[in-house]
Amino acid sequence: MLVHLRRSLVLAVICLVFFGFVYAFAGVGVSQLLFKHQADGSLTANGSTLIGQNWAATKCPGNPMGSCVFNGRPDDTGPYAANPKDNVSGGDNPLVANGVSGESGATNLGPHSKVLLADTKALVAYWHKLGVDPTPDLVTTSGSGVDPDISALDATVQIPMVSKATGISPARLRTLIRQQTHPAQWGFMGSSYIDVLQLNEGLAKLEK
Amino acid sequence: MGFFLTILTLVVTLGLAWRYLGSYMAAVFEGRVHFLGFVERPIYRMLGTSPEQEQTWKRYAGAMIIFSAVSIAFTYVILRIQGSLPFNPQHFGAVGPALSFNTATSFVTNTNWQNYGGETSMSYFSQMGALTVQQFVSAAVGIAAAIVLVRGFSRRKSPTIGNFWVDITRCLFYVLLPISFIAGIVLVGQGAVDTLAGTTTFHDALNGVTQTIARGPAGFMGSIMQLGTNGGGFFNVDLAHPLENPTGLTNLLYIWLTLSIPFALTYTFGKMVGSIRHGVALLAVMVIIFGVWVGFTANAEHQNNPAVAAAHVYSPVGNMEGKEVRFGDTTSALFNVSMTQTSDGAVDSATDSFNPMGGFGPLSGMMLGEVTPGGTGSGLYTLLIYAIIAVFIGGLMIGRTPEFLGKKIQAREIKLAGLGALVMPITVLVLTGLAVSLAVGRAGPLNVGPHGFSEILYGLTSQGNNNGSAMAGLTGNTSFYNIIGAIDMLIGRFGIMIPALALGGVLAAKDVVPESLGTFRTDNGMFVGLTIGVILIIGGLTFFPAVSLGPIVEQLSHLRFF
Repeated sequence: MLVHLRRSLVLAVICLVFFGFVYAFAGVGVSQLLFKHQADGSLTANGSTLIGQNWAATKCPGNPMGSCVFNGRPDDTGPYAANPKDNVSGGDNPLVANGVSGESGATNLGPHSKVLLADTKALVAYWHKLGVDPTPDLVTTSGSGVDPDISALDATVQIPMVSKATGISPARLRTLIRQQTHPAQWGFMGSSYIDVLQLNEGLAKLEK
Repeated sequence: MGFFLTILTLVVTLGLAWRYLGSYMAAVFEGRVHFLGFVERPIYRMLGTSPEQEQTWKRYAGAMIIFSAVSIAFTYVILRIQGSLPFNPQHFGAVGPALSFNTATSFVTNTNWQNYGGETSMSYFSQMGALTVQQFVSAAVGIAAAIVLVRGFSRRKSPTIGNFWVDITRCLFYVLLPISFIAGIVLVGQGAVDTLAGTTTFHDALNGVTQTIARGPAGFMGSIMQLGTNGGGFFNVDLAHPLENPTGLTNLLYIWLTLSIPFALTYTFGKMVGSIRHGVALLAVMVIIFGVWVGFTANAEHQNNPAVAAAHVYSPVGNMEGKEVRFGDTTSALFNVSMTQTSDGAVDSATDSFNPMGGFGPLSGMMLGEVTPGGTGSGLYTLLIYAIIAVFIGGLMIGRTPEFLGKKIQAREIKLAGLGALVMPITVLVLTGLAVSLAVGRAGPLNVGPHGFSEILYGLTSQGNNNGSAMAGLTGNTSFYNIIGAIDMLIGRFGIMIPALALGGVLAAKDVVPESLGTFRTDNGMFVGLTIGVILIIGGLTFFPAVSLGPIVEQLSHLRFF
């Protein structure tokens, strides 16, 4: 009994030192040495390519907010709030998910939830007002609340909106979407996607 | 097409793990691997033990219980004093007492149920020193317990069944450490974040939005949390978070890490008992149930979400509520099923928003006792308990004293196996009954109607099976849920592990009866079918009434919203 206790304490300390700190610090060290960009969060001048942003809050002179850029998924507050002031501090969701500042989160609404039904209908109306016929991705929220991606179809249905607000021809936008589409990794792992931040960076170049 | 290639890749890579990791683990636990002897020997010296000092099952179980109690105490204390500890760039204060107790229990029992949001409440010290440590240790304890039961079959007339301290040290250094370190490098290379630098804030000139991004040492925590079937991630949304699960490759790697040890242990079993065919029989049980569950869950998620369809958005088909674009609907279903057929419980999509039959997949996977393939170690020992019951039923049918691998299965073994099989369903159903009959329990779920009941049932099933997956709409961070959850996890862990150790001890002491013509074979299709039947009947019948009030009624309430 006592010998178990003594050995337990000794082993707990060894594990704390070795698997708590030596392992984690070696991990951080190797990560920073080999893959500094990724280990720091894939940061670029305009944010992380892995974290969705609130494109719906973009000010578009002479046009409705968010209509001059490609929008991501309406995570959490996004257009739900229908009041872009609410999510100025956030990303494309975010940072106010679950009402906890800075915490990632999904809506967790069940498939037969009246709240989900009302939210979805509000989102469909929101998109129709912007002249977009939405896809399921554009009226549902993601698992993380910070999904950085949309599908090529999700971007294509936004062409009329973006074209009208920026004056760039639909044909050029289609080319841009084609260039920005990443195939599923190695052809089969996960799905094909477009990073919305990179897509809008490409769009900004077209506007110049 | 992509989905089938994903499955094919998993089959091939897991097949390799089954064969080679399986035989490697057998060598580790038989003491034939020594390349880290320079680490191993000083640890034995500090502990005052050695591989030659074997223990009886009672001493083994005693050491395991006391070590687990000390681990809970360590974890609890670190969480309570994290405000005064270093590596806390966001200056998080102490975690509350009930939540600390729930979290400590959760990580020590290999559950990783999380009533907190990692990036908004846990310091880096807590994530590394309290949580990641237990992700290693709890997995090693589970594997050690499984090895004891395997030794029960492989030894003859042996009063001892191994040395707890030696088994977990070997498991930690030879199995868990090397694989998780290499996997960690791959994860970070793909984009998983791993830094001690704290959050970062950005102003994006393109949209005029300022954004704060939570970061931390997540990549290397991710690899061990999956390899050890823990599942408690760095971030609140766990592996849906793009900074911990950035690509299709990492998603698949996480699935592989989770499934590799539980599947491979069947080879270890076959090798140690001297009959690979018996290992293959157990593997077949696992693969058949796993395949069916992946199939129907992926199919359910490849249907439209009822609420989205009711809003007249139909195309392209697939339930994307709570899912990430880079993974897609079917792969997300594969992921969540993999994590609930093991004791992992990580999610890459919100199970709460799965279609009714899609949510039934993960829920029922846990209800079957997580044996296909189950958690690291816990999967194998729980499956062996079911197999003993199957042998007993087979023996009754042919009218002979049942034997398994030459060991007579008698009253004492059946009592222990029965205990191990019934403890989980009883605990889960009693606690679910308690939660729905109390106002504090009914206050938990976010959703109303049958889905709200599913959330409670799911939460207590998950904790009772040491899974940790959640229908995350349940508000678990209340004193009530923190405490009954902790009780649920403790009973679910030790209520099965101790009978398993006892079985190991009792069986090891027996001699082997020579096989005769009338012996009921335990390595053929008949036995596989019988074992699957036992698993489905115990899990299916005990939980059917509860499930019919949750996902089944929800599925049947077509076009109704609650």
